[in-house]
Parts: sequence; C-alpha cells; structure tokens
Amino acid sequence: MKAQEAKTGTQIGEGQKTGEGKRARSRIKSKSYAEMFEEVKSKGEGAFIPFVVAGDPNFETSIQIVKKLVEGGADALEIGFTFSDPVADGPTVQSADIRAFKAGMTTKKGFEFVKKLRKFTNIPVGLLVYYNLIYKMGIEEFYKNAAESGVNGVLAADLPPEEAGDAVVAAKKYGVDPIFLAAQTTSNDRLKQIVDMCSGFLYVVSVMGVTGARSEVKTSTVELIERMRGHTDTPLCVGFGISKPEHVAEVIKAGSDGAIVGSALIRVIEENLNDLAFMKEKIKDSCSKLKEATRR
Amino acid sequence: MITQGKFGKYGGVFVPELIIPALEELEKAFLKYKDDKKFNEELDYYLREFAGRPTGLYYASNLSEKLGCKIYLKREDMLHTGAHKINNTLGQGLLAKYMGKTRLIAETGAGQHGIATAVVGAMLKIPVEVYMGSEDVERQKLNVFRMELSGASVTPVETGSCTLKDAINEAFRDWITNVETTHYLIGSTMGPHPYPTMVKHFQSVIGRETRKQILEKEDKLPDAVIACVGGGSNSMGIFSGFIDDKDVELIGVEGGGDGVGTKRTGATLCGGTEGVLHGSLSFVLQDDDGQINEASSISAGLDYPGVGPEHAYLHVTGRAKYVAVTDKEALEGFEVLSKYEGIIPALESSHAVAYAIKYAKKEENKGKTIVINLSGRGDKDMFIVAKEMGEEV
Repeated sequence: MKAQEAKTGTQIGEGQKTGEGKRARSRIKSKSYAEMFEEVKSKGEGAFIPFVVAGDPNFETSIQIVKKLVEGGADALEIGFTFSDPVADGPTVQSADIRAFKAGMTTKKGFEFVKKLRKFTNIPVGLLVYYNLIYKMGIEEFYKNAAESGVNGVLAADLPPEEAGDAVVAAKKYGVDPIFLAAQTTSNDRLKQIVDMCSGFLYVVSVMGVTGARSEVKTSTVELIERMRGHTDTPLCVGFGISKPEHVAEVIKAGSDGAIVGSALIRVIEENLNDLAFMKEKIKDSCSKLKEATRR
Repeated sequence: MITQGKFGKYGGVFVPELIIPALEELEKAFLKYKDDKKFNEELDYYLREFAGRPTGLYYASNLSEKLGCKIYLKREDMLHTGAHKINNTLGQGLLAKYMGKTRLIAETGAGQHGIATAVVGAMLKIPVEVYMGSEDVERQKLNVFRMELSGASVTPVETGSCTLKDAINEAFRDWITNVETTHYLIGSTMGPHPYPTMVKHFQSVIGRETRKQILEKEDKLPDAVIACVGGGSNSMGIFSGFIDDKDVELIGVEGGGDGVGTKRTGATLCGGTEGVLHGSLSFVLQDDDGQINEASSISAGLDYPGVGPEHAYLHVTGRAKYVAVTDKEALEGFEVLSKYEGIIPALESSHAVAYAIKYAKKEENKGKTIVINLSGRGDKDMFIVAKEMGEEV
C-alpha cells in the first residue's frame, strides 16, 4: 500500500511541474451532478449511485472496488469517510467504517482516495461524512480540500439546515454542492428550508430508520417523491434500505431521479474479504444489475 | 425548533434530519408542560412520595473538623435507586406519558440511569428498553438483573467499543426508526437540544433545595459548590441554584482516570477539545482527525468522551472551574467519607469528595463553607472498590 501511495505522490508531483492549472490537469475533469442527471434522463434512465466507505477494507482494494463500480455502470459515487460514531448508519456501514479505520484511513487520506479515483473516472463524487470530521479539520479547510480533490458534493449526515449555515457558505465558495437529507417526517416548512440550501441532489430517505438492507421498499415512496417534487427542481435520489434491483426499479418508477445503494454492496465486501478477485467481480456484477434496474 | 438551545456557541441540534421532527415535538411538549400546574403537581408528588425528596443537606461534622472547613453534603444518595438520576427519569417519563408515547428507550453505562428509567417505566406502566454496551452488560450483571426485575428489557450493544457511547448511538438508531411511538429518555445534560436544557430543568430541584437549605442553616450562601461531571447532570442541577450568585465558586470535577493527558482519562473539559458528538457542539476526547476516543475512569458514570454543552460554556466563560481527580484520588475520597462520616459515596461522587478535601487543605480556603453534591451512593461500587483494595467479597 505504501509503495502505491508513493507512486501517486510522484504522479501529482510531475503534474505540478507543468505550471498553472497543474492539479486539474493531472485528473479527469468531472461531470457536474446537473450534467449527469441530464444525460441519464435523456437516455430515459434513472441514476444509479453506489455507496462505499473509502478505504474499506483497505486503501488499495477500495480503489479497485470503486473501479469495478464504475465499470459496472455507476452514474455517480457516494463515498463515506470513516467515523467512530456513525449514528445514522446501521451495523453494515459501521463495520465498514471500522475496517477502514483499522486500515489507517483518515479524512486526509479520504481526500487522497478521491484524488486517486479521479484518475480513472469523471462521474460525480459525493462524500457522506459526519460533521465532526468537517469541524475538526476546519470548515473552510474541509471544503477547500474537497474541491481540490475532485469532490462534487458533501452530505454531512448529522448536519440539519439549522446548523449548516457556515458549511453551506464554505461549500458554495469552493463550488461544492451541499447535499441534504429529507425524510417522510420532514414537514413542508422544513422541506422549503432544506431545498433552499441544497444543490446537486436531495437525498430522500424513504424509510424511517438507519442505513441497511431491508426486504421491501415502503409503499408510500410515490407519495413522498411527489410531495418533494412539489417543492424543488433539484434531482431527487432515494437511499436507505434500497438493496435489490426491484427496489431500484420501484423508486425510479415512483419518480425518483436516482437510487442509492450502500449496505447491500458493502455486504459483498464483508462476505468476501478472503477472496478479493471474487469480491471485485461480484461487486461489478451487482452494480450492473442494480444499474440495469434504472432503465425504465 | 422554537428555541435555539445554544449556550454561547455550544449545544445545537447536530442530528440526522429523521430525528428533527421528534426533537421539535419534544421541545414543544417540554415548553408547554414545564410550567403546567397539573404536570408539576404530579411530578412533585412522585418526587416526594416515590423518589424521596427533598433530600437533606447534611453537615459533615467529622470531616469538617478534620479539614478546618464547614462541609455540607447534599444527600442525593438517599434517593430511590441510589442517585440523582431519578429526578430526571421521573420528569421525562411523565412528559412522555403526557405526550402519549407508549415506549421508553434509554442508554446506560454502569446501569444507574437504566435502573432509574426502568423503575419509572414500571411505575408509569410504560415499557422500557435499555441499550447497554455488551462490555458493560458483562461488568454490571447485577444492575442488568435489577433492570429486568422492573420489567425492562436490556439490549446488549455489540458495535464499536461496546460501551456507553455505542449504547447512545444504538439508542439514537432505535429512535430514528421508532420516533412516532417512542421517547428517548437521555440521562444527562447532553445530546441535541432540548435535552441539555430539559435535563437541567428536571435536575435543578437539587440546586433549589440546596440554596434554601444552606440559607436556613448558615444564613449565607456557600463559598464553593463542588460536584462531579460526567455528562454533567448532577453538577448542572446543583450549579443551577447558584449560577447567578457570582461569589459562589462552582467547581466541576471530572474523572481523571490515570490523569489528564494520559490515554486513560475521562476528563473532557480538562483534556479535550471542541467537537460535535451525540447531537451537540461541546468538548470531546478525540484524535487529530476528529475520531472520538474511548474515555476511561474507575467510575462508569464519568466514563464518557463528551460533556454537556452548558458545561463547555461555563468552562470557557470561567463561571465554573473544572478540575480532574485521578482514580487513585477518588478511591481515597471514597475511603475518607466512608470512614469519617459513615456515608459510602458512589465512585462518581467520590471524585467531588476527593477534590473538596484537596480544596479544603489549601491555606486560602481555611474556614470556608463548602457544599459537595453527593450525587449517589456507593453500594453499586462495592466489587470494584474491594478489588482495588485487594479485598475478597
């Protein structure tokens, strides 16, 4: 792993010698969320967005996993940064956080991770973090690093709009989309407040609960999406509890612009830690099937 | 939210969107009932008849003589279930009942708050589920049994460090999932707004009584009020009675573990930095990356890597002073009070006793009047203390 990181360092170094705009040139220019959703929509599809934790089970394998997700047809990526107390996540994601933490992941290495995946993909990358990681690094510094490493959007799971003022200002300053959660329990008044701050996409939580695979999608998803659509033109993506192609098809059919799947993919990682080759193929295969389900 | 729940910049509502409507509902109910006549009459009744209030303010004559000070003990250790925790669980339990909630959940470290919630659930006929780190379940089997006797179900938490902070994470997850039927009964002045304000409100009975009692006994206010600080509910409860009396020194004593600056400590204000944990901005024990460290203290109640946001505010403004005493010093405090006064304090409260002794020994403090909040009794700590003393029980 160390040798790999050293190599990355050299590549960035070489890019820097070429003068102005060097950082951007060493990476692929990324698509914005707006461009991606537009593109997907023009094909009559919904967006498929897989979620994994950066560095799970270690930095290098995790990069290869992301590569497989891209090959499998992911339209955008949600990347989690490890945190010790992930209250919005179920046991599957927390276990991924712990594996990444034990493998030495930090917020800084998370940004290195994004820089590295920017060498092979231009699809939008969103971060899913907890606010203490932002606060500890310094709000301004965090969003600056995010922008420089090629991040398109940041969702802090424990940052509701009433606390998000400073973060939104910093995000906008550096051209990062501040992404927010909205749930069934979110009133219309709150929804207005949220969509005013939110850009990129609105992360819609269709179940009451934490992240984690469930056997069926709640029936009121259609209603929920219609209500949210009444308040905003920002693309809507449904996440939490979406694990199977049928769920993806269902939420896209219900009018969502995209579907986010995390725990089901992380389980593939968890269950195949001893067979990396199989794990990567299974990840790609699962991702293709989930993507296929967005083609309505 | 109707009110902001900020103490300076500390506090707030740093929680996932899914919980916000529940916090709004809770805040609304709290603001409505805290001044409601019927609610308060009912709460007063239970505090008196069920919990055993008011508690005494006992003049510790032997210790006072030994130290050359006037030392008073606020006897929260005399309450039902053995600690001040019951003041808050009665308040919130009753509030949950008024709100029509049909289920209570709680987190617990050593089990004290779990027990105080379990008995209130039994009394009010509301089912209780208590989350407890699996390591704590193992260490505190007796308390698990006590909770179960009162009809609560105890769920061991196997995630993360398997201790209190993980039990809190798990309780939040439960609440996110069952928000409409369930009240999350947080046991300290921590968590998102309105909890720090609400728990302080229900614990402020300690401060009100103490102020009245000391004026009756001494005809003046004390020079210092000393209390231990984990999440901070007993200390906030007693401090609240004196916060506007600028001449009364308020001293919070944290669980130092092996000492501030060592890896094994629970001294969040003395040794931590600003951060966001469990819903509020306060001080936390964390690494350079913002990952929360595990806390460590001989006393389970002080073994938490965060602290209530109002304490952070009192700390930075200098209104209260925060110190830490080590496990070893706390054990000395435990032994001294047991031996000189025949009162066996909880290990948590022993920290306050230990610092009071240090304070009284200082030349400039000779003759001062000191109130120690004796937040709990030590029955629960017998095995731990015996082990430390090398005794078999």
